[in-house]
Amino acid sequence: MTTTKSRRSFWPLRRKEQTEETPVQALPDAPPVQDILLGWDIAPNDPLLAYFLHSSGAVELSRLNLDSPALRRLKDEGVVMVVPLVSQGELVGIINIGQRRSDQEYSSDDRRLLNDLAVQAAPAVRVAQLVRQQELAAVERERIETELRVARTIQQTLLPKEVPALEGWDIAALWQPAREVSGDFYDFIHLDNGCLGVIIADVTDKGVPAALVMATTRTLLRAAAERLVAPGDVLARANDVLCPDIPPKMFVTCLYAVVNPASGHVRYANAGHDMPYVRRTAGGIEELRARGMPLGLLPGMPYEEKEIVLQPGDTLLLYSDGLVEAHNAQREMLGFPQLRSLVEEHGGGADLIPFLMQQLETFTGPGWEQEDDVTLLTVQRLAAPEHEDGEPAWRVLGEFDLPSEPGNERLAIEQVMQLAAGVPLTAKQIDRLKTAVGETTMNAIEHGNDFQAEVPAHIAVLATDAMLRVRIVDHGGNQTIPTAETPDLDAKLAGVQSPRGWGLFLIKNMVDEMTVDTDGEHHIVELTLKLEGAGA
Amino acid sequence: MNSQPLQATTRLNNGVAVIVLTGDIDGSQEATLQAAYAEAARHGAGPMLLNFGGVGYINSTGIALIVGLLARTRTERRQLLACDLSEHYREIFEITRLSDFMTTYADESAAVAGVDPV
Repeated sequence: MTTTKSRRSFWPLRRKEQTEETPVQALPDAPPVQDILLGWDIAPNDPLLAYFLHSSGAVELSRLNLDSPALRRLKDEGVVMVVPLVSQGELVGIINIGQRRSDQEYSSDDRRLLNDLAVQAAPAVRVAQLVRQQELAAVERERIETELRVARTIQQTLLPKEVPALEGWDIAALWQPAREVSGDFYDFIHLDNGCLGVIIADVTDKGVPAALVMATTRTLLRAAAERLVAPGDVLARANDVLCPDIPPKMFVTCLYAVVNPASGHVRYANAGHDMPYVRRTAGGIEELRARGMPLGLLPGMPYEEKEIVLQPGDTLLLYSDGLVEAHNAQREMLGFPQLRSLVEEHGGGADLIPFLMQQLETFTGPGWEQEDDVTLLTVQRLAAPEHEDGEPAWRVLGEFDLPSEPGNERLAIEQVMQLAAGVPLTAKQIDRLKTAVGETTMNAIEHGNDFQAEVPAHIAVLATDAMLRVRIVDHGGNQTIPTAETPDLDAKLAGVQSPRGWGLFLIKNMVDEMTVDTDGEHHIVELTLKLEGAGA
Repeated sequence: MNSQPLQATTRLNNGVAVIVLTGDIDGSQEATLQAAYAEAARHGAGPMLLNFGGVGYINSTGIALIVGLLARTRTERRQLLACDLSEHYREIFEITRLSDFMTTYADESAAVAGVDPV
């Protein structure tokens, strides 16, 4: 506007959809900021805006009589005339004209020139604004994408790389993240007592904040699970540590279950997570209810514990709300009743996961944009396969080698008891098993392997649903193991026989069955106990 | 499950020479047990009581040591008693018939009083 020889300013106006936080700034190719910006915006509700929008050309401010703060301020700053820039019915900017240097009034030619300029400038300004908006939107999109990548990386890094392989169990997991990453996670923890900890959790909120809370919660749960046995205590501990540090309005729903692979017992506690289902192979479906507040809301919360037994063939389903809260095109939710009937219809096992995902797709219809993460875990206790003779197959709970050194029978006892920790033995059976394992291992180390440290005794612990078996193998297969006869105590007390020779007799009396076999190179002694608490 | 070396102390309780055993009893503890027996025998020819209250583990070689002690007391015409055996080792004493030759009591006071054998 140099032809007017005036002081001039220009500032784009807020568009309707713009927020207070993101005013549109000067165009990139505009003159220097200090030369054209007054440094303030006209308030969106100022009547001056409506006046400018509907004016037909340059407006002399002295002729206006409006109750407008902007009008007063413009006048105070020496603006005498404003040329609104209107494009497609929208006020996209104004040109402010100050007093002529000659102190003469603007002529009709000046006004016509300004109006012509406005007619040509307005669309150009509008285009420039749109370009700028698109540039800013692109930057924002990139920022969001970067944040999503970070969040997804955190989440994926912390999820288990594979599901645990447990003899006699089939465990499967699916995690399908929503585009806008939310806070689902799951975890498996191998506990010292041979049990498996299973966690499914959902952090409120999305993106990086949810991912960070997820990482923290996972660490807290792992630390608590390694130190505490009871699932309720684990959740209570994690909750107490999480509460002071979790951001406001965030919390974590979480279910923690401890699966005993040997007995099928599942002990669990729930911090406000969706209730798991158990699909019984004999028919029927059960909801696993246990009371407890979500983690991170209030410290000092108790968590109710419950226990079930998974019978061979039964399936435990854990899931996140992304499944039950999925909506179809009619905005109807999948919901718990439908999930329950789907689980009942399917019958259980790892195939339940693809079945449910396929049913979800059918429910939501094509083109569904996933609203939330979907996480599904199935834990199935497999039915024990039968051998041809109808005997159930033995599951190997674990096996190990021990150097043939004096005293290592105590290590054998310790390790066997660890492997059999989940087997439902009575206290009396535990004592008997310790004695039988100790005596058999002593024989293997001393008589079978002749105390040669480099020749190991091999020990395996096996189980069916009804029996526990410990197999102890030494390298003395070329010798004959005497039969376990009842020692003659009278002869020993009379000094006619050695006071020793109690080992085999004790072993035989401590177990329900003791068998001795040889392949010519090895002795194979098997100690078998019937599980009195089987199926309890 | 570390092994606990056997410790044995003796005392005279109401005319009964008591050997208080703590730790594990297996064949390697023969010297400890024999020394305790010799110490307890100095209290006279009265009954001798093995207090198993502190014993957590006995294996077959430990049973052999106890058989040896029992044989010795019988040679010396001395009565050998036992007390404070866990349920598991009480069962083993019965299976091995040791309890046929060693009266077994729930605790030391019952053994000393000579009443209520288990």
